[in-house]
Amino acid sequence: MELPDPYLPGAISLLEQIDKKLMVMLRDGKTLIGYLRTIDQFANLVLHETLERIHVDKFYGDIPRGIFLIRGENVVLAGEVDETRQTGLIQVSLEEILRMQREKTEQKERYQQTKHRILQGSGRLPSNKNDLLIDDAY
Amino acid sequence: MLFFSFFKSLVGKDVVVELKNDLSIMGTLHSVDQYLNMKLSEITVADPERHPHMLSVKNCFIRGSVIRYVQLPADQVDTQLLQEASRKEILQSRQK
Repeated sequence: MELPDPYLPGAISLLEQIDKKLMVMLRDGKTLIGYLRTIDQFANLVLHETLERIHVDKFYGDIPRGIFLIRGENVVLAGEVDETRQTGLIQVSLEEILRMQREKTEQKERYQQTKHRILQGSGRLPSNKNDLLIDDAY
Repeated sequence: MLFFSFFKSLVGKDVVVELKNDLSIMGTLHSVDQYLNMKLSEITVADPERHPHMLSVKNCFIRGSVIRYVQLPADQVDTQLLQEASRKEILQSRQK
């Protein structure tokens, strides 16, 4: 199927990934894995049989999410999953990974609070902490 | 358009793309589009411990808006040509 060059200017190279299993990283840090079904010029994606994969250290857990429509502006990258590659990662149950994630975020929160207190003392306040497009929260 | 043409001339070369989330990806530039979205093949991640989800990914599409830097091999880039192209580009935009 040969399409003329400017047909889907923003995401033509994703056409090759249709019906393949993709790992999509989002700006908020989420990792979604699913079969790519549809794309458009903004890199909006429709993923089928999507799993949200949570990674903590060497462990991971999956949450089944069904069908996802992702707005293109939130996509960081979309990679083709190679099932044959050994990763050395260990899958655990959902409760387990959520518990580990909670511990990790609590740790980070404590660190951030200390940092915030110190920087606040010198008059600097954080803006948007979660958006990847803003490099420095302060 | 200038950098789109510039990257088109670099297709097939090895580059390192650093993203705004501090992820660095080495790979061969497979394709680029007008938004400077890039597709890299045969990728390796600079710090795989921090980004375990990338371990089973061989090639990826990177949205242009999240790229911070693209590190290029110095011998692949004709800086003279780039300078001339930039000057032409500025002259053209002044005429408009």
